[in-house]
Amino acid sequence: MINKQKYLDRQTFVKHLFDGMHIMVGGFMTCGTPEQLIDWLLESNINDLTIICNDAGYPEAGVGKLIAAGRVRSLIASHIGLNPIAGTKMSDGTLDVTLVPQGTLAEQIRAGGAGLGGFLTPTGLNTPAEEGKERLEVDGQPYILERPLRADLALIKARQVDRYGNLNYAKTARNFNPVMATAAKLVCVEATERIQVMDPEVVITPHVLVDYILAEVRDGR
Amino acid sequence: MDAKTIIAKRVAKELHDGDLVNLGIGLPTLVANHIDADITVHLQSENGLIGLGPSPELEHVDLNLTNAGGQPVTLIEGGMYFDSVTSFGIIRGGHVDVTVLGALEVDAEGSLASWIVPGKRVPGMGGAMDLVVGAQKVIVAMTHTNKGQPKIKTQCTLPLTAYRQVNLIVTELAVIAVREDGLHLLEIHPDTTLEKVLALTEAPLHVKTYTKMEG
Repeated sequence: MINKQKYLDRQTFVKHLFDGMHIMVGGFMTCGTPEQLIDWLLESNINDLTIICNDAGYPEAGVGKLIAAGRVRSLIASHIGLNPIAGTKMSDGTLDVTLVPQGTLAEQIRAGGAGLGGFLTPTGLNTPAEEGKERLEVDGQPYILERPLRADLALIKARQVDRYGNLNYAKTARNFNPVMATAAKLVCVEATERIQVMDPEVVITPHVLVDYILAEVRDGR
Repeated sequence: MDAKTIIAKRVAKELHDGDLVNLGIGLPTLVANHIDADITVHLQSENGLIGLGPSPELEHVDLNLTNAGGQPVTLIEGGMYFDSVTSFGIIRGGHVDVTVLGALEVDAEGSLASWIVPGKRVPGMGGAMDLVVGAQKVIVAMTHTNKGQPKIKTQCTLPLTAYRQVNLIVTELAVIAVREDGLHLLEIHPDTTLEKVLALTEAPLHVKTYTKMEG
């Protein structure tokens, strides 16, 4: 039986938050983004966040809500094009944006969650993505040394959660969610549906990676 | 026929039966409408699917099924979903046969710039840097000029998406191959002239034998 403490309520969630924390947020253009958990973050008074997310969402959805509210100091993302507020804040210096190639971002999080010291990628060679990074050669081929990414907290959106905390995901709402569930000290999941026991063959994220569950939250933004 | 349709139709002719193909946001997406009905092309969307189908009717829109532009899409039979790590493993690992993307500039060495105009537009690179490095064949699908100014340059002036990765450039005026010794004019559109193509291309073009561009 699952430990009762694994079920998340707003008070428990807020207790774990602190100013300046690094938070990974699953989702891709808000498809697969845990909007309820983001709303709880907004309702708390934490500030100076570093957000690691594929993109900046939209001004009224996803991590865009946190950016619009001025709660984010730094954003590490691959794309901010659909959120003009993020672009404006980047230009006027109120938001520090680090743009990372999408595959590099995914692999940095994987390395962080898998205990690796980094990895070598050809992506970004001779572009601004290489600036400030070390170049290494393997068998005569150049690569950029990319470092791992970890976070204090990961906010995950799942399709189903069972009573042990096993997770699976809906369609393309999977995206960054499973890898982010491996790379944070505390992993909080918002799931659409609660079931008794998941078929072991369809579990994508093993329950051992999950700390807290908020179940039966409607999809969408 | 408008420029975008000319480009999309011509790019579609580069795809072969069984190819795994990634079509970028915007103009490249239109290529899907012109793929020969006799071949099967597997379309990937880097947010996590292979087997991209047509846009859904409004009543069948599923918020959990989108393409890399965040637009609702469908999945065809045999298709599947995967996470971002797997998606970019497929991309960087060389399993994508063709990637088609737009660009702001392409140069004589096959470098391209597509993700930032410093001081103006900073959308970010998304998956483009990984796609052009990983795919077996990189096709740039773009209009030949921007407000009359050539986009095919001797050297890119904007920050690069990748260095020397482009294989083919398809515009509404011409088809140009990138080779070791520079750019080679392969085809020109029947409605234009060699003089016009040369005038609107900043980079030097090798012009030996070229044919009429097929629409």
